[in-house]
Amino acid sequence: MWLSGDDPWLAYQGLFQGAFGSGRAWSTTVRKMIPFILTGLSVALAFKAGLFNIGASGQFVMGSVFSVAVGIHFEGLPMLLHLPLALLAGMLGGILWGAIPGILKVTTGAHEVIVTIMLNYVAALFAGWTVYAGGTQGQTPGPLWDPTARAISETPDVLESAQLPWLFGPPYRIHYGVFIALAVVVVIWWLMSKTTLGFEIRTAGQNPKAARYAGIRVERTVVLTMALAGGLAGLAGAIETLGLNHKFAPEFGGQVGFDGITVALLGQTHPFGVVLASFLFGALDAGAAKMQFESGVAADIIQVIQALVLAFVAAPMIIRTLLRLKSREGEDGGLSMNTRWGNS
Amino acid sequence: MLFMAVLVELTSLGEEPWLRILFGVSALNFTLRSAIPLILGALSGILCERSGIINIGIEGMMLAGAFAGFVAKTATNDWPLMASLLFSVLMALLIGGAMGFLHASLSIRFRMDQIISGTVIIILAAGLSAYLYDRDAIAEGKFSPLALPFLSEIPVLGSVLFDKPLLTYLALLLVVVLHIALFHTRWGLRTRAVGEHPRAADTEGINVNRLRYINTTLGGMLAGLAGAYLVLEAVGQFQEGMTAGRGFISLAAMIFGNWTPFGALGAATLFGYTQALQNELLLAGVTNVPRQFISMLPYAITIIAVTGFVGRVRPPAAIGKTYDTEGGKE
Amino acid sequence: MSEASSVLEVRNVCKRFKGVVANDNVSLSLKPGEILALLGENGAGKSTLMNIVYGLYQPTSGSLQVRGREVRIRSPRDAIRLGIGMVHQHFQLVPVMTVVENVMLGSEVTSQGLLDRERVAEQILRLSQEYHLEVDPSALVEDLPVGIRQRVEIIKALYRQADILILDEPTAVLTPQEVDGLFAVMDLLRGQGKSIIFITHKLKEVLRIADRIAVLRRGAVVGEADPHAATEAHLANLMVGREVLLQVEKSEAHPGDVVLETRELQAANDLGEVCLEGVNLQVRAGEIVGVAGVQGNGQTELVEVLTGLRPAARGQVRMNGLDLTNASPREVSEEGQCGHVPEDRHTYGMVSSYSVAENLVLTAYAKPPFAKGVSVQQAAIESHATELVDQYDVRTPSVRVSGGSLSGGNQQKMVIAREFSRPLKLLIAAQPTRGVDVGSIEFIHQQIVAKRDEGVGVLLVSAELDEILSLADRIVVMYRGAIIGEVSREQATRQQLGLLMAGVRSADAGTPSERQ
Repeated sequence: MWLSGDDPWLAYQGLFQGAFGSGRAWSTTVRKMIPFILTGLSVALAFKAGLFNIGASGQFVMGSVFSVAVGIHFEGLPMLLHLPLALLAGMLGGILWGAIPGILKVTTGAHEVIVTIMLNYVAALFAGWTVYAGGTQGQTPGPLWDPTARAISETPDVLESAQLPWLFGPPYRIHYGVFIALAVVVVIWWLMSKTTLGFEIRTAGQNPKAARYAGIRVERTVVLTMALAGGLAGLAGAIETLGLNHKFAPEFGGQVGFDGITVALLGQTHPFGVVLASFLFGALDAGAAKMQFESGVAADIIQVIQALVLAFVAAPMIIRTLLRLKSREGEDGGLSMNTRWGNS
Repeated sequence: MLFMAVLVELTSLGEEPWLRILFGVSALNFTLRSAIPLILGALSGILCERSGIINIGIEGMMLAGAFAGFVAKTATNDWPLMASLLFSVLMALLIGGAMGFLHASLSIRFRMDQIISGTVIIILAAGLSAYLYDRDAIAEGKFSPLALPFLSEIPVLGSVLFDKPLLTYLALLLVVVLHIALFHTRWGLRTRAVGEHPRAADTEGINVNRLRYINTTLGGMLAGLAGAYLVLEAVGQFQEGMTAGRGFISLAAMIFGNWTPFGALGAATLFGYTQALQNELLLAGVTNVPRQFISMLPYAITIIAVTGFVGRVRPPAAIGKTYDTEGGKE
Repeated sequence: MSEASSVLEVRNVCKRFKGVVANDNVSLSLKPGEILALLGENGAGKSTLMNIVYGLYQPTSGSLQVRGREVRIRSPRDAIRLGIGMVHQHFQLVPVMTVVENVMLGSEVTSQGLLDRERVAEQILRLSQEYHLEVDPSALVEDLPVGIRQRVEIIKALYRQADILILDEPTAVLTPQEVDGLFAVMDLLRGQGKSIIFITHKLKEVLRIADRIAVLRRGAVVGEADPHAATEAHLANLMVGREVLLQVEKSEAHPGDVVLETRELQAANDLGEVCLEGVNLQVRAGEIVGVAGVQGNGQTELVEVLTGLRPAARGQVRMNGLDLTNASPREVSEEGQCGHVPEDRHTYGMVSSYSVAENLVLTAYAKPPFAKGVSVQQAAIESHATELVDQYDVRTPSVRVSGGSLSGGNQQKMVIAREFSRPLKLLIAAQPTRGVDVGSIEFIHQQIVAKRDEGVGVLLVSAELDEILSLADRIVVMYRGAIIGEVSREQATRQQLGLLMAGVRSADAGTPSERQ
């Protein structure tokens, strides 16, 4: 940072104040945790099955679009029905987008990394189309576009009956989504460590051949896990949309997928670890704007920090080397996946 | 395809708008233009993966190279154009190589999962380039076409293939060079052995990890060159995230081309062609399919390519696995 | 034995891994033109010692002398320079490369910077004539049968002008006749003044070819023997350190109903090539059917097809009278009541990172009492594990430690415990004692015979002819994806089985046909 001539002390101060300096800052930090938790869980769940889901951002976007599609329609539906419906629609969007790479992997051997990344671009384009304001050459606008927004590509606001209510009044911008996220954490923890399905997913991830030998239908497990992972990222998109933005525009989404990877790794792919990692990332994110304002350090530095965090977490040997600790014998650093292109 | 292009340009077939879109000189030019970074990216992938290191980070190395090239160019705007451009290419190579070396260290020295290590590279490159990017900086000038004497005067073919800027020639030359190096030199034999069966190479006294370091660093340089091409030859400026998935499409081209340079050339050309097609379709306005769907073409084709072909190609056997020499474990 | 007369001297070499002593003060000497046999069971430290000589490991202490000169061998490169060549137990050949490329790897010949394949091919042909090691230099290694691959390995060493040759378990993958061929080559090499270290755990072979025998046990040399004077029993005693049962005691078999039957079973391997060409097989309750054959003749795939891990292209599999062709692994184990000890326990038989307890319910995790509905019952899993660990003599500090932390023999006993403790009608055991110490081998053999006596039908696939001969009641031989012959235990001889393994039916006359 000092390389670019900024005052690091001011920057840290700004960062801290932006994250914890006031009740409002706290509420921002907690609110920002929600998408981190859910996309982090999405990536972590896939990791457990030996799959690398780089597609969380596409799944997130599909979740947003699907939830908006339900949220702006069905006028007059009571909230008790409309809101869950919109959330489920978002999950469904994510499930679809997650299941595709899973299905392609088991049927054709296509590596999920490439497919999920390509699907991220496809999802962004698809979402862009749904809110497309129409072209100069008279192309038809997208089905979810808000005509009152004129040339701006965005959807109308979702109906109030589909919005996640605020927890407190202004200025605390925090909504009920936080409870959904925490409930999901507990459910995923239970699923992974206490159920037979969790055992199957973990076995398929640790040793797919032994899993097949043990009578586990590995193909089914892979598709199921990817769908579930997609559903979590989709839910993240739905909650961000129904709780915070109340509409969809192409610029919502962005980095969320890669953040999910970092959070999952930082949390050691454990659901509770993911919550802690999300807390850190939520705070960094919440503080970044204040930091930029106070010290002039561009908020983009947060991304650099995240990459470094990832590097240190995924390779415990780095830390050991830095601390000059003697590495324990035969131990592999960090996580490992089915890192092969083919379907063997 | 070239044959059709000749027909389209020189005969009355050229009056058919669809044929112009599919085979016009402009489509072919655009194909090559989009294919070059993919070719370089795929060669980068081949270099790494043939020695057993998965390189999912090509995207990041490309972006880092592009950014380095851009910064170097803006810093030397007052130099003579060619000197400034060549210096910028050099910096792109250097930074790309550094990213490659980082990937190698993370995955070899620090035993990180190679896919995660690649992801680190991607996030790091995106973050650093966004953080350091000075939005007011402008690069002045880029590589201009160099017509090869005689060859460039061949109708159609000449303008498509032999009237191109420097890096295009370089990329095409590198395909041939890498092919010869991989299959007909000592280095190539050892590289392939290390990627297929590192223990066998080790027992013949070959330093497996050193070769992997070298290859991954060289691979990073090639990806950096791809970035330099984007900034210094194709676009002329830098934009955040300007690689736009090209690194990943390069990987698909590498797989599609069965880890061979010429195969990658063919696959990259195919992918380049889908991008050209997307471009031509949008420009010509001959269809009322929404533009977003047309823009999905390159990505959709990439998915189809990896789904249709992965089963039939055979990756280097030792890919993605850390190699420990037997000694030193005391 | 003066120093000058030995080409290689190993002096007081110690090697420790993670505090475990692999070589304990080992001293050996190798004289010019002799074959020194290094005898020892799995894990005795033979390979470790030879890897030290070849520069793959560095000794913790001790020294090496080559031709009277003290040397430090830091890498295989040093070893090659000193004229040491090694044929590894697991061939160090790159399957997708040609013989020429494999031979030149690391010692390339180039002209103007490009590989000179022709010159190397000529040298290979010259060597193969000189030492009767026929091989096609332009063939891809993956297309060659194991016997030929071994020739390539030997040529590789000779091409590097090695005069000290280390052969690590070279006979493990060969038919008895191929072993004869190898011994002839070794004899020829010895005649030319080359020195050979021959590593093995097979007593008969040692007595046949060696000039001198050194026995290794638990990392230390426990004795030397003269092959003209030593007996098998004496060597076995030295090797294991106690009396060894060379024969498994078992009574007459009483075969009952057919529990496994295949008809014209066909299947393809991972590369899509046909690897089973109409296998017809029957196993009855209460008998052990041994499947012999050279590695890679379809035995692995046969077991995979039977257990639901590989699809059958054609034909039928019946277990207990049920048609289980292309059934899932779970259907095979539950409806077929079939236990499966897989050939490669690390790949299929266990999850290394899982606890012993979890590994012991790997196939039964979803059934009561280990699961209630969807909920896993940890307590039931652990008490079940405690019981089995006791019953099957799995030596582990606790049922909670990871399966991967156990020794090879105990891992295998863990797999055996899981598979043998279910209600069984049929048991398929592939290489059940591979990489296992003698004590565990005896235990596993007893357990297999006990299962037979309970009335379970056993299909035993093994590359160790001795194991088949000592356990099986009936022996079938597989050759190129089909069963080429069947003999009863009483009539079986090594010679006859060897011919069958090489593809020669008993009716055929003449020499074994080469598999090229």
